[in-house]
Amino acid sequence: MELTLAILVICIKLALIAGVLLLLPVPLTWLERKVAGHMQQRLGPMRVGWHGLLQPIADGIKLLTKEDTIPAGADRLLFKIAPIVALVPSFVVFITIPFGENVTVLGHEITLAVSNLNIGLLFILAVIGLEVFGVILAGWASNSKYALLGGLRTCAQMISYEIPMGFAVIGVIMLAQSMNLAEIVEAQSEVWFIVYQPIGFLVFLIAGLAECQRVPFDLAEAEGDLGAGYHTEYSGMRFSLFMMNEYIIMVLISVLCVLLFFGGWHGILLPLPPLVWFLLKVALVIYLFMWFRFTFPRYRYDQLMTIGWKVLLPLSLANILITGLLL
Amino acid sequence: MTVSEPGTPRAGQPKAGSEMEQVFFLLFSAIAVGAALTVVLARDPVHSALALMVCLLQVAALFILLRSPFLAAVQVFVYVGAVMVLFLFVIMMLDIRQVAIERFLPRGRIPTLLVLGLLALQLVSLLLGSRLVDEAPDRVAEATTVAELGTRLFTHYLLPFEVVSVILLVALVGAIVLVRREGAE
Repeated sequence: MELTLAILVICIKLALIAGVLLLLPVPLTWLERKVAGHMQQRLGPMRVGWHGLLQPIADGIKLLTKEDTIPAGADRLLFKIAPIVALVPSFVVFITIPFGENVTVLGHEITLAVSNLNIGLLFILAVIGLEVFGVILAGWASNSKYALLGGLRTCAQMISYEIPMGFAVIGVIMLAQSMNLAEIVEAQSEVWFIVYQPIGFLVFLIAGLAECQRVPFDLAEAEGDLGAGYHTEYSGMRFSLFMMNEYIIMVLISVLCVLLFFGGWHGILLPLPPLVWFLLKVALVIYLFMWFRFTFPRYRYDQLMTIGWKVLLPLSLANILITGLLL
Repeated sequence: MTVSEPGTPRAGQPKAGSEMEQVFFLLFSAIAVGAALTVVLARDPVHSALALMVCLLQVAALFILLRSPFLAAVQVFVYVGAVMVLFLFVIMMLDIRQVAIERFLPRGRIPTLLVLGLLALQLVSLLLGSRLVDEAPDRVAEATTVAELGTRLFTHYLLPFEVVSVILLVALVGAIVLVRREGAE
């Protein structure tokens, strides 16, 4: 009985998270276009629905009904599974992310996370790294030079930026004395870690931007010189899976920023419910990412590598040293 | 499923969970063995590399069953995340497809078989001689938290730890020296 109940609770949580993650890209694409439009003194989508609210649905129908082409000479099996391989890790990561303190439903205490791992942070960093496989496979299986070059670039970029990202997080772990995300948030109930870790946050944010392949680090799909990068040859629904993945990773990085540096669900000033505070902060960081996209130009490839290895890595190491000295 | 929580009491008394654990163990190990076979049998090196990745992931899952989530995460981090990506990188850069179809050793079948047989013999004798055959390492990792692991690493195992890091540094410097051509700068 107890076991069945536990399994049921886990299934419900999983279904909820998967559902939300699958639907999230829909409002986000709309928001991104609106933000883009207003920043460039346009209106953005206006035709479909009120202020273009139904535009993502129209896009979805378009993508679903498009022909799904597979290029000649492609590795058919890998070509087909690549978008799925890319998507799975970004879903898996959300298993350990807590969305609030424990709640009591019908006398049962329920954690607002599928599994509150003690090594949560390490797990997340490890699994995010797997996302790159989808990209490499897509690039290689397409049998196209643009896709292959895009895939290789992403590979190099992700490896380079995972390292400063991991190091930036170490400062937080040192302060919280734990890798458990819920405990890290608990440690911030007084002061948010952004106060102690401004350098760590900066490094994490920049590395996070690179990790989700957004401007100014979207070299893998630099339209100017690579067609569309690793998903040049993809069309229809398979292409949209890659797009979805990009948005989910962006949400993930935003969630991590909030959990690690901005006190998670702890609010300030206004006594709003914790979950509302959490979502509000995440939304703000997501907006920040969209803002960046239409503000900064893209870096050159060598600049990207220089930033990763010669700026971010020493900075994150210095951050660990300073944190250690101050503790 | 409380598999991921290292603090939960376990061992000895059979519970409803242990049966499920066996099912999971069979699932993970079956996939791992299948993937390992695919590594050897696949013609395309990229397929082999992918199968190896699947195999390593299953091993990580087995670590979780053994109550060592930290080891599992490190396995995914280091082997699947870093080493496999580099493998794939090299395979793609060298366009190894054509080369791989030709045999690595032209007339090496019999020596290969001999060496393989020797290795297999060694493995089996090691397995039979080990006391782990009868008793599973039940409580090994039960109490190991990350903090404890760190403390152990920096006190009891400090010397090996330092030696390993120096060796890694040497390998790093060596790789850079090898890649750097004369008069490149």
